[in-house]
Amino acid sequence: MLIAALVAQVDNKFSEFLQFFFLGLGKGAVYATIALALVIIFRVSGMLNFAQGEMAMVSTYVTWGLWTKGLPLVAALILAMVLSFLGGAAIERVVIRPIERKARGNPLPVVIATIGLFLALNGAAPWIWDAEAKQFPYVFGSGSVSIAGASISTQTLGTLAVLVVEVALLWLLFQKTKVGLAMRGVASNSQSSALVGVPVGRMLMLGWGLAAAMGAVAGVLTVSLAFDNSLMAVPLIYAFAAATLGGFDSPVGAVVGGLTVGVVAELSAAYVGFIGEPLRLLPAFVLILVVLLVRPQGLFGKAQVSRV
Amino acid sequence: MSALLEAIDLVGGYGPVRVLHGLSFDVQPGEVVVILGANGAGKTTTLRALSGLLDDVKGSVKIEGEDVLGLRPDQIVRLGVAHVPQGRGTITDLTVEENLRLGAYVRRDADVQQDIEHWYSVFPRLGERREQPAGSMSGGEQQMLAIARALMSKPKLVLLDEPSLGLAPLVTRELFTRLGEINRTTGTAMLVVEQNANLALELAHRGYVLETGQIVAGGSASELKSDETVRKAYLGY
Repeated sequence: MLIAALVAQVDNKFSEFLQFFFLGLGKGAVYATIALALVIIFRVSGMLNFAQGEMAMVSTYVTWGLWTKGLPLVAALILAMVLSFLGGAAIERVVIRPIERKARGNPLPVVIATIGLFLALNGAAPWIWDAEAKQFPYVFGSGSVSIAGASISTQTLGTLAVLVVEVALLWLLFQKTKVGLAMRGVASNSQSSALVGVPVGRMLMLGWGLAAAMGAVAGVLTVSLAFDNSLMAVPLIYAFAAATLGGFDSPVGAVVGGLTVGVVAELSAAYVGFIGEPLRLLPAFVLILVVLLVRPQGLFGKAQVSRV
Repeated sequence: MSALLEAIDLVGGYGPVRVLHGLSFDVQPGEVVVILGANGAGKTTTLRALSGLLDDVKGSVKIEGEDVLGLRPDQIVRLGVAHVPQGRGTITDLTVEENLRLGAYVRRDADVQQDIEHWYSVFPRLGERREQPAGSMSGGEQQMLAIARALMSKPKLVLLDEPSLGLAPLVTRELFTRLGEINRTTGTAMLVVEQNANLALELAHRGYVLETGQIVAGGSASELKSDETVRKAYLGY
């Protein structure tokens, strides 16, 4: 009798833990999708794109716009991805590249430009689509599946599946194709890559286009039922944390980093008394600080090797 | 028949700093030509002008009679001119083999892997390290990789910027022997800029002397070797 009650209690505790874990997984999966887009641009150009979140936010508006025009959700997203790809490539060509050329190797002006882009897109969205929040459904429905007494939403499961597919495709692209090799070459040494015939500018446009298209997916998966132009403000910070944790040059790292940040934040808010809601980010960032001290390239990042 | 490469009256530099003051020279098919010059004479800038890496340049550069000034580096590679930059330009994050595969970026044929194996037989050290990140190799190995990478594009002309820089004398000698063999067996023309005049003049058929952005002497390798001023200034005897 006593034992049965004890078992039931442990069971309850475990279900509760699992519930928080799944919640964290759901949030982490969203961070991971954005972190992946950050990783793409970093791998091609060696720079951080602070506008990544806002690009994703605009793509989400575009998806929403197409969907409210009557397109099925998936078709709207695919079309938005194509448009985002073109938009991302155009941003590289029209905004980033001229600044990069003038900067002559100094990375700061370009980083500042992406911050400017952040502000511009953030302001443009409510100007184009008005400031009212937009209703938008979960892509993978609002159902849930029950596992060991805890429930995991179909949206989380779907997002995890998307991550697996994205990582697999990126791995194929970077490791198995000539274009992917060229993109990695440009990231490592753009001058030498140009000197063997790689059109560096085109690779950068491709990288920005890809990141923007993946941003569209990330943005749409981030929405929970409604969104406005602040959609990506907080997730982008988590995504930066995720990419730092996993290693900025590693797609797998971005996913593991994203999930870890999501789960650690959720569990510590639930179980560590003084942390609670306001400080939920703290443990994740402590974890990242430790990783950076012990392994500056991130968990899955490649250490810079050079011998002169 | 027109020259493989012809530079006429090159003037250029970096922004307000003019480095090249009107130099002209040429490379014929299959020929090894050396440009000798002290530090700061404009050797590297000259090569950068030829391969499209220099923005501010005037005059004319012709590859097989076609004007190429203003083209991007990747377009010039497609015309058959590969450039081994100073400091070797190793693509450090790629493996040795990936460096070589990227070297074949402009090619569309199916013999790439076969050619990679060929360069492994010429430079066995590269074959032993094919899966290693290229940045982890020694300077001499990286120089061999840079040369093999450039040759993977099957160029008609290779520009070599101070291949001896930072290498031990024995390694340098070995490298120049290989370069001579490559030139003889493949017929690839080479334009070498070098401070090590002794070795360079052994390798080269012809040479020029560059001083403060101008060509001040030119002739066959043996003529330059016996020229009093060249001997004193660059050969040290």
